[in-house]
Amino acid sequence: MNKLETFKSSLARSKSGFIERLNFLIRGGDIDADFYEQLEEILISGDVGVHTTLNLVSELKNEAAAKKITDRQTFRSLLADKITAILIAPSQPAEPETIPQLILLVGVNGSGKTTTAAKLAGYYKAMGKKVMLVAGDTFRAAAIEQLEIWSERVGVELIRQHSGSDPSALFFDAVNAAKARGTEVIIGDTAGRLHNKYNLMEELNKIYRVIGRNLPGAPHQVILVVDATTGQNAISQAKKFNEALPLSGLILTKLDGTARGGIVVAIRALLDLPVLFVGTGEMIEDLAPFDAETFTTALLD
Amino acid sequence: MFSGLAEKLQSTLRQLRGKGKLSEKDVDAAMREIRLALLEADVNFKVVKDFITAIRERAVGHEVMGSLTPGQQVVKIVNEELTKLMGDKAGVLSAARKGPQVIMLVGLQGSGKTSTAAKLAAFLQRSGKKPLLVAADIYRPGAARQLEILSEKIGAAFYGNLADNPTQICRAGAAWAEKESFDPVILDTAGRLHLDRQMMDELVAIKKTVSPTDVLLVVDAMTGQDAVNAASAFNEAVGISGIILTKLDGDTRGGAALSVRAVTGCPIKFIGVGEKIDQLEPFYPDRMASRILGMGDMLSLIEKAEAAVDRSKARELEQKLLRQQFTLDDFKDQLVQLRSIGSLEDILNMLPEGTGIPKEMRQMSLNETNFKRIEAIIGSMTKKEKIDPSIINGSRRRRIAMGSGTNVQEVNRLLNQFAQMQKMFKQMGSLEQKGQFKKLKKKMKKGFLF
Repeated sequence: MNKLETFKSSLARSKSGFIERLNFLIRGGDIDADFYEQLEEILISGDVGVHTTLNLVSELKNEAAAKKITDRQTFRSLLADKITAILIAPSQPAEPETIPQLILLVGVNGSGKTTTAAKLAGYYKAMGKKVMLVAGDTFRAAAIEQLEIWSERVGVELIRQHSGSDPSALFFDAVNAAKARGTEVIIGDTAGRLHNKYNLMEELNKIYRVIGRNLPGAPHQVILVVDATTGQNAISQAKKFNEALPLSGLILTKLDGTARGGIVVAIRALLDLPVLFVGTGEMIEDLAPFDAETFTTALLD
Repeated sequence: MFSGLAEKLQSTLRQLRGKGKLSEKDVDAAMREIRLALLEADVNFKVVKDFITAIRERAVGHEVMGSLTPGQQVVKIVNEELTKLMGDKAGVLSAARKGPQVIMLVGLQGSGKTSTAAKLAAFLQRSGKKPLLVAADIYRPGAARQLEILSEKIGAAFYGNLADNPTQICRAGAAWAEKESFDPVILDTAGRLHLDRQMMDELVAIKKTVSPTDVLLVVDAMTGQDAVNAASAFNEAVGISGIILTKLDGDTRGGAALSVRAVTGCPIKFIGVGEKIDQLEPFYPDRMASRILGMGDMLSLIEKAEAAVDRSKARELEQKLLRQQFTLDDFKDQLVQLRSIGSLEDILNMLPEGTGIPKEMRQMSLNETNFKRIEAIIGSMTKKEKIDPSIINGSRRRRIAMGSGTNVQEVNRLLNQFAQMQKMFKQMGSLEQKGQFKKLKKKMKKGFLF
């Protein structure tokens, strides 16, 4: 299955919601007065958010008027272009890869960090890399055990300490172990925390500083894990986490539900954070790199 | 919690409040603002539509136009409709006809079922019950172990058996509870997608086997527009009797609460307000509506304060406040007491907007470090300075900063905050003299401020 097919099949399970109605609206017919209002409603109901929706629709209105577009079919490709343009990440200059690379996963409680850490480990292992998982959630009961089971399933090394221990110290040790063992990719799980909890965000910043001190340039990526069912609060999450430590991008999880990528559009429109991967199921291999064009095509197909 | 939504609604409603006469255009403009505020708060767009229609109908009707204070009348209508939308009574658990109560928790992945199961058990323990926690999640690695650890932490009984299927586990758990007279039984089921037919059937099978007294849907308060889809799917497939809303201690505007309640018709029974095991509270719709509208949740605050504050000390403080003899020492005492009630932010959120607490104070973050610094600054003052901070000049400020290991800016900030607080208490004091404070208190007890 190619990338497009994978996307389509994961989206197909929930055609009843946002996408189907969007398609219904876009297919055929002329654009009438009601059309824009309906479109607004549909984008909002897909979690695109009021602000982004109003901007998007008013831009479309102007363009459609300027280009004298009156049929829905042409309008549709205009919309697709627009959404893709928002979603597409500017290509970044390839950085020289230092070893080990450290990827830190952060996010609110229940967004899927631990599962995503395991999936990422599987992803890099499949690329032939030597991977290490770090059980950085020392707070939630049995979070360490959870990642331990995953690490056995994936077949990668796990660095852990006892529950309740200081995560900064754990990461310090993990970096040393990785250096000694020639590990290429370190994937660090962290405890879920709400972004408005000052002390917990400070703790995260400390982890960040300790890692950077022990391994210059690290963490090479800090990824915010966002549940796709999250509403507008995801924007606040991205902002606040980004204030605590510089984020490099997002992973959108649970995209196999009925909640559909609308929040991605909002996040990309408001913040300069690329979506790196999407999670589409409970299996290790249910993680795919995010591709804006494919995503938009699947979304509007 | 809900603060963003509250602010938006308030500024809209404030514009109406003062108006002596209300045109249909005024109402339309206000309705548009309310609509946008609710949508931005993640309230489902269909729910918003119905809500606006209901308010508009009443607002342009005789009820308002004929009133002497139409603006206030609209505010009252919004409050009433909001309360109605959230359900009209506090959620309670259903009683069992015979045998133990069986409470089944269901929901999407990551909504917080396992933590909530333990919190619910702790909540019931506080009222003298002997709960049994049953781990029916055999899919997520470590889920059963997580519940087991939590049950040990609170000293509740635990049942789990990873070799069985979830239905068998629940049946065996319920049977064991009957034998050992554990009551209630709390079933923690695996998180699942409402689209997953097979997994939904599993819930139906469990429900059929153990006939729970309550099936509670656990919903993440940060959920967006999709909350209604998941909630109605769970309700249609399994049949739920109530909702538990989790992670309300975030900065979410919490529209999911309104949506889920509206589409399922099931009451919100509990809310999760923190990571600590005792941070699960019964849900009071009227209090929450007041909170959204910025009228404060005085009842919750009073209850919490009563639990935490020494009564005679409180009376002494009240007197001091009214006589305007509130010193920096009292300020420090207050901070200590406040911290035993909850975070300052939580408390300020519960206060009605009308009490004139300056915005800067509302935003003043009282985290541990900050608190220690404030304590150190006050501790570095002389007795005289604490009683009359107006004598603290530049050189005193430098000395205090040196003594407390802080800097002059921080000392200044604290003194400013204190001055604002004193000003606020002065206003409250003059209200008291006019007898208005009592009136205000009386109104608060009734749940309104108008």
